[in-house]
Amino acid sequence: MDLDRPIPRRQFLKTTGLLTGVLAAGSPLALIAPSRAWAVELKALTTAEGRTLLMVSRTICPHDKLEDAAYAVVVQSVDADAAGDARTLAMLRAGIRRLGAHFATAPEPERVRRLKAIESSSFFQTMRTQTLGALYATPMAYAYFGYQGEAFSKGGYLYRGFNDLKWLPEVPLEDSGPVPGQGGT
Amino acid sequence: MTAIAHDDARAVVIVGSGASGGTLAHELTRRGIPVVLLEAGKRQSLATFTQVPGDAFAQLTWLDPRTQSGTSTVVQDYPTLPSWTCKTVGGTTVHWTGATPRLRPWEIKARTTYGDVAGTSLADWPIAYDELLRYYERAERRMVTTRRNGVPGLPASNNFKVMYAGAKKIGYKQVHTGYMAINSRPADGRAFCIQQGFCVQGCKTGAKWSTLYTEIPRAEATGHLDLRIECMATRIEHGPDGHATAVVYRDREGKEQRQKARIVCVACNAVETPRLLLLSESGKFPRGLANSSDQVGRNYVHHVGGFIWGLFEKPIESWRGTTLAGIIEDEIVNRPQRGFVGGYHLELCALDLPSFAQVGLPYGWGRSFASIIDDYRNIAGLFITGEDLSRSTNRITLDRRVKDAHGLPVAHIHVDEHPNDTAMRTHAQTQGAKMYDAVGARRVVHTRQTPAAHNMGTARMSARPEEGVVNAYGQSHDVKNLFVCDGSQFPTPGSANPTLTIVALTLRQAEYIERQMSAHEI
Repeated sequence: MDLDRPIPRRQFLKTTGLLTGVLAAGSPLALIAPSRAWAVELKALTTAEGRTLLMVSRTICPHDKLEDAAYAVVVQSVDADAAGDARTLAMLRAGIRRLGAHFATAPEPERVRRLKAIESSSFFQTMRTQTLGALYATPMAYAYFGYQGEAFSKGGYLYRGFNDLKWLPEVPLEDSGPVPGQGGT
Repeated sequence: MTAIAHDDARAVVIVGSGASGGTLAHELTRRGIPVVLLEAGKRQSLATFTQVPGDAFAQLTWLDPRTQSGTSTVVQDYPTLPSWTCKTVGGTTVHWTGATPRLRPWEIKARTTYGDVAGTSLADWPIAYDELLRYYERAERRMVTTRRNGVPGLPASNNFKVMYAGAKKIGYKQVHTGYMAINSRPADGRAFCIQQGFCVQGCKTGAKWSTLYTEIPRAEATGHLDLRIECMATRIEHGPDGHATAVVYRDREGKEQRQKARIVCVACNAVETPRLLLLSESGKFPRGLANSSDQVGRNYVHHVGGFIWGLFEKPIESWRGTTLAGIIEDEIVNRPQRGFVGGYHLELCALDLPSFAQVGLPYGWGRSFASIIDDYRNIAGLFITGEDLSRSTNRITLDRRVKDAHGLPVAHIHVDEHPNDTAMRTHAQTQGAKMYDAVGARRVVHTRQTPAAHNMGTARMSARPEEGVVNAYGQSHDVKNLFVCDGSQFPTPGSANPTLTIVALTLRQAEYIERQMSAHEI
């Protein structure tokens, strides 16, 4: 994912498709991205195929306010596999054909219906696995879902809210333990 | 580093450097016994552990191919990952969560306690509980287990507060932050836990006990340890008298090497341990080494498991804090009126966001599925750890159709779930839902069985040679200078996370090996 650099011409010549978009102003992603414009180059899939797979991914895990840029990472991952393996590319193209015409622009219930019909296919299972594997592992997803990620570099959560929940009673000391540095032992 | 010659037949060769292999290496070398420790994986450190969950999984996990079959839902849900173990110096003590509960006295008498349950191969352990208890106490001191020997418990995280309140509301009495080999205060030259929540990625503070940075460096400091990393054992050789003589392995360049041995100790976790014994088949031992009883690979157990998540209205931020620091002990009882024999632990659990989406959820997709992830900030979590019943047909065999990078048949795991296991999991899921409902959850979801991190039983101890693979000290009934050190020895699993029991048995085994060597028995 390149969120801001212009695409070098030499690299552009090697790409087969391109997914682009503009982040909504004020979205969590816009706050962490260097620029609101984003582009993902595809090495094996065409732009139309990429758009279709992006909507497959969004239909599998719909998060309405999560930007297309996040789903484009899934397509990028699928495309990278297809670029290295002709059988994967053929499998993806066969799957896209089975989805029928205009999948990417069909309303959600129709997209769900078409995906349900091929749920047992390796195409669908690949797209589901790739979506679960790639969609939630990016800084964009961390920001969207409010996940703070690693804390070792900041001294852990010990003094950064690991026990800040106030809507339930505190646990008696005999069933928990002292917070280091806050008395007790 | 100490170098031991390949033809030095005085060496004890230990295969695997995890909870058992790493600890045994320390125990033997501190007694002056020369040890060659073979480890298939690489060596990481606090500095090289990564905080990117997917990268950590790739860095630490045993990803060599394995195949599987059976009615277990893991076969469909995780086709390429039947079990979740490590390939790295320190073995599974690098990714473990640090939970160190003890087995209960009645759990090591499963055959006597549960009776003759159809479709099982239950057995009693050939060890008296009082004796096991002595070694538990030593292991707990070694690992600095919380709530034992005056070591304070870990503090309560947000996730634990939800678990505690719910458990108390439905009447559970024994609920606390667990017996954990994670420092609640500085100890053993290691830091205290800073509640960072990255236990399974490798603990970057070293607060969590791991042989990687406790037992193994101490063994190295004795000057008697030759640790060989990226060395994959492929075969144990024996002489005409049937005694083990050498371990054949591939070094990091893929070149075949042979280390002579006075004693061979197999500590490869309960999938690879039987695989190595089966790969060591010979004219004298056509069914594999130590397998005259035909029990090698059988009685594979892995614990009834699964996640339970409560979705609440308010933030919990369960990723903040020690991953598994919380336990409910009330269901660790044998009460057949519940509809099953054996007991289970309910343990606190949280997952980082990528892992939550990938392995933490029931199979699904679409709106209902994605809405669980939308609630990620507001989830509280539990993990079930319960006793699954031993079955002789649940077993590890060699899959001769699929070869690893060295051209050797991979391990095949067959698991048919016993109805008792299913009933136990359903009971635990119901109890978990009651707990979370009692404190205002608006939705509770649970998963099916997840890939086993607790693998046991595949080279079981037995008093009678025809009923098992090793004696009560892990010594092969057939080959006197061959030992099994890991959870493969367990006749049955009980419901406790296995690492403490593995370390306790290892401390006991080391004393036995020293006695046998001194008496020139081996």
